[in-house]
Amino acid sequence: MRARTRTARQAVVLAAVASLGAGLLAGCADDGDGDSGGSSSSGGGGGKTTITLGLFGTMGFKEAGLYTEYEKLNPKIKIAENVIERNENYYPALLNHLTTNSGLQDIQAVEVGNIAEIVATQADKLEDLSKAPGVDKSAFLDWKWAQATTADNKTIGLGTDVGPMAICYRKDMFEAAGLPSDRDAVGKLWAGDWNKFVSVGRQYKAKAPKGTTFMDSPGGLLNAILSSEKEKFYDASGEIIYKTNPAVKAGFDLTAKAAEDGLVGAQTQFQASWDTTIANSKFAAMACPPWMLGYIKGKSKPESAGKWDVAVAPKSGNWGGSFLAVPKSAKHVKEAQALAAWLTAPAQQAKLFAVQGSFPSAQAAYTSPEVTGAKNDMTGSAPIGEIFAEAAKSSPVQVIGPKDQIIQQGLTDNGVILVTKGKSAKEAWETATKTIDNNLEK
Amino acid sequence: MSTRHDTAAPPEKEGGAAPAARGGSAPPTEAEARRRLRLSRRWQRDVRWSPYAFVSPFFVLFIAFGLFPLIYTGWASLHTVELTAPTDMDWVGMRNYTRIFDDDFFWNAAKNTLTIGVISTVPQLAMAMGLAHILNYKLRASTFYRVAMLAPYATSIAAASLVFVLLFGRDYGMINWVLDAVGLDKIDWQNDKWPSQIAVSTIIIWRWTGYNALIYLAAMQAIPQDLYESAALDGASRWRQFIHVTLPSLRPTILFTVVVSTIGASQVFGEPLLFDANKGASGGAEHQFQTLGLYLYEQGWVNQHLGRASAIAWTMFLILIIIGIVNYVISRRLRASS
Repeated sequence: MRARTRTARQAVVLAAVASLGAGLLAGCADDGDGDSGGSSSSGGGGGKTTITLGLFGTMGFKEAGLYTEYEKLNPKIKIAENVIERNENYYPALLNHLTTNSGLQDIQAVEVGNIAEIVATQADKLEDLSKAPGVDKSAFLDWKWAQATTADNKTIGLGTDVGPMAICYRKDMFEAAGLPSDRDAVGKLWAGDWNKFVSVGRQYKAKAPKGTTFMDSPGGLLNAILSSEKEKFYDASGEIIYKTNPAVKAGFDLTAKAAEDGLVGAQTQFQASWDTTIANSKFAAMACPPWMLGYIKGKSKPESAGKWDVAVAPKSGNWGGSFLAVPKSAKHVKEAQALAAWLTAPAQQAKLFAVQGSFPSAQAAYTSPEVTGAKNDMTGSAPIGEIFAEAAKSSPVQVIGPKDQIIQQGLTDNGVILVTKGKSAKEAWETATKTIDNNLEK
Repeated sequence: MSTRHDTAAPPEKEGGAAPAARGGSAPPTEAEARRRLRLSRRWQRDVRWSPYAFVSPFFVLFIAFGLFPLIYTGWASLHTVELTAPTDMDWVGMRNYTRIFDDDFFWNAAKNTLTIGVISTVPQLAMAMGLAHILNYKLRASTFYRVAMLAPYATSIAAASLVFVLLFGRDYGMINWVLDAVGLDKIDWQNDKWPSQIAVSTIIIWRWTGYNALIYLAAMQAIPQDLYESAALDGASRWRQFIHVTLPSLRPTILFTVVVSTIGASQVFGEPLLFDANKGASGGAEHQFQTLGLYLYEQGWVNQHLGRASAIAWTMFLILIIIGIVNYVISRRLRASS
């Protein structure tokens, strides 16, 4: 009896160990596959050249079928992508790879928030793409092209998408608060001035549906205001001016006032509870680039489909967008340049917009049927393609600096959010600037 | 090595412990003698150096991944270095250290590390002791309870923290929902100082209590049963037995867990980082739950100041050494007094 239980026990242990081992092996095998896809220079399949892309988030090239199309056009090329979910994790790794010149993919994506730092510090490690075959400078928005161009006129990144900002608002909630709901009339309410936008918020609040705010979050409002400025944190000569720039202080104070008056929800964007405020229809308006419509759709309950609309923002600005760069140490520089040029050509950008909602940075794509005829479930029949194209063209050529992200995050997460906690605007500004200065000091 | 038996311990003289070599009685020729000498030297070398070869993997790894980074970090802390160009080092001497003295953020982080450490370690060890005491009784399915206690420890911090973030949410969190239901005010778990520190501590407590309880349980089971029996004969209640038998016998174990928990508490990182997904590294809007580990991470990987981060790392290292010495002194006192 006793011996039998012991063998039974042994069998169980053995089985457990075996399954664990199998799991580990399977895990290793998976990793191996991923790696070989990412690093093998020429895959075994009939002398094909494998081009690898290092991307973050969901850039959608694969989802839009662009790789398959390119492989069909170029039978000798195979494309493999290597995606890291969050840019916070992707970017430090990219910097490490660039500074050590190792582990780089043939094409590397760069987020707009990091492009200035890459241009300033890593340009010598990247190919100048302005002269690459198939690249047409005039197809791109001027400001998008300028963002990835160095002082000595080397363009190290080709724009994939941009984030022209408009205001997405809830027609039903605007009506309930006695505001007009037609997108032209709404746009006129605040045309040209963010102060007017905030006063519309006051009108909204006077008759607002219970438990709702005018806007989603102080961070969203501040970001929208700052995005529409020509200069925000750096001046044209590259000096940090965020503390002395009157536009920044005015934007901060306006946002703080709106937060104090309860016009914006006490939320931080992209946190779980902010997502819930979208689902529960707790606010009536938000600054939104085209990609935000996809986000709204993802977080909303089905019954809010068609209740949103898009109006022109008080002033146009840009939020988001990426670039494709080719490292000099890439294994297949020539092929990578050709692929990057093809992926960012207007026709491909239009396809990407149709599938993924990433708005083209090639203005030549704005007349394509994919853009002009674009519709979104959340906004019903609103001609979103035209609205966003207009915003993209009228966005200022903004001076972006290497530490923009750190400064903006400080102003938002260590600044205006505090006002919703009952701190005064002055205290919030002090906490924010103290944090930012400490973060900037080398 | 080989199967040749003459490579085994050779006979030295007559009467040596090793068996005589084959054909041993004949006097060895000179060549044979040289051969034997050579073998014997090889054997001596083998005995002398092989153990070092056997322990070397650890030390090679330690030098590569422990000692070298430590020294390199020390070197980097004397420079201004940015992550964007780690090879461009500007010598600044002790500046990275001297500025720590009037770096409010560093001291704020140090204070938070201390308070979070205290409000997580003290209840955690007390609860672990209580749990271990209960588990030490005869229970049905005691193995189940013991395994269940280790489950939080086996859970990844990331997964656990995400669940806790949902529990502690201000607007839609379950805890505030319960508070609201019984008519209490909502608590802003993330943005207020003490609530956020308590929330972070809760994650730590949840994760480590079972682990410590099992350590206590193991120690309790080593206490001789007759001590309890005689105490019971003397009329001591369960509680008295716990105070007068269990606790004194556990003293070295308690000391061990205190040391380990203190070191763990001074390195708290994952829980506060994940507690606020957006402001993670800055530890909340007013840095109210930024620990030293987070501050180090923020300087090095968010702000890309490798030199400053290295100096913070070394300062933390020195603080840990001081904590270690204090622990050592206290434990020696305690041992002497018992």
